[in-house]
Amino acid sequence: MHSFGYRANAVLTFAVTILAVMCTIASLSDNLNVPSPTADVKVLNINWFQKQPHGNDEVSLTLNISANLQSMFTWNTKQVFVFLAAEYETQQNSLNQVSLWDGIIPSKEHAKFWIHTTNKYRFTDQGSNLRGKEFNLTLHWHVMPKTGKMFAGKIVMPGYSLPEEYR
Amino acid sequence: MGWVGDAVESIKSLQIRQVLLQAVSLGMIVTSALIIWKGLMCVTGSESPVVVVLSGSMEPGFKRGDILFLHMSKAPIRAGEIVVFNVDGREIPIVHRVIKVHERKDTGEVDVLTKGDNNFGDDRLLYAQGQLWLQRHHIMGRAVGFLPYVGWVTIIMTEKPIIKYLLIGALGLLVVTSKD
Repeated sequence: MHSFGYRANAVLTFAVTILAVMCTIASLSDNLNVPSPTADVKVLNINWFQKQPHGNDEVSLTLNISANLQSMFTWNTKQVFVFLAAEYETQQNSLNQVSLWDGIIPSKEHAKFWIHTTNKYRFTDQGSNLRGKEFNLTLHWHVMPKTGKMFAGKIVMPGYSLPEEYR
Repeated sequence: MGWVGDAVESIKSLQIRQVLLQAVSLGMIVTSALIIWKGLMCVTGSESPVVVVLSGSMEPGFKRGDILFLHMSKAPIRAGEIVVFNVDGREIPIVHRVIKVHERKDTGEVDVLTKGDNNFGDDRLLYAQGQLWLQRHHIMGRAVGFLPYVGWVTIIMTEKPIIKYLLIGALGLLVVTSKD
């Protein structure tokens, strides 16, 4: 009953149990944090707007994104993945989500940022529906924990529109 | 060397009833592991509820050897979610993030484009030849939880099978020679 094997087994089991309990508590403690992020996005310029040879509309934008995501960081946060998506409805599709820009925020110090950029991914429609189209810009975030459950959220910013003509 | 002698002695002194008991308890261990796995499949709705990250394409979020818990609900797939998908002609499933979604109005079908956070371009190069979008049936689940490092156990065991056999052998010997 008191051999080396039994004691080693008991110590190991106890250690793993404690580790699991601590991971669970760390993950649960994220629920106590209620983030209050802010974001503001301006479309500064429409660089070009055209129909591709195979018929899909594509547009290039210059964006100014400023956001403060510092309230998302807790002691269990490894990083925050943040991205800006254009969201709109067309006749064919009930929802189109096109990611325009994304970034990884590694720490709280970098969570208050301001960036001036063209769209990192192509803003292409499925079809030719973008002329005069109204769309939302939505800032999404995904909080990646050091361990446990992942969190996500978004800020929807409505009221953007594309020009009536190609340019 | 005393314990080796003890072990040999205990094997010699085995009686039929004890052997049966040990076989049953070994069976219990195997079946309860199976029950947990199948139960997880039912609860999460995903055919593989837990996956091990094998590549660095999602770094620094997910590193090689981390474990992801998957969930497959009826909820529609949206941009930003981390999904696990199978591509026709590829055996190993891929864990990447959704960057574009187009959801059809009449049928509700979705066209999805993915990208690894650490990769430069999107995943069209990884898809089957000529495939532009992923559909719902390609997707095995979305990642909801994360546990670091634990997956290294399986990575080591698949890459160095000898360690697996040593471990199984040692455990089997322990079960056979234990007295209660």
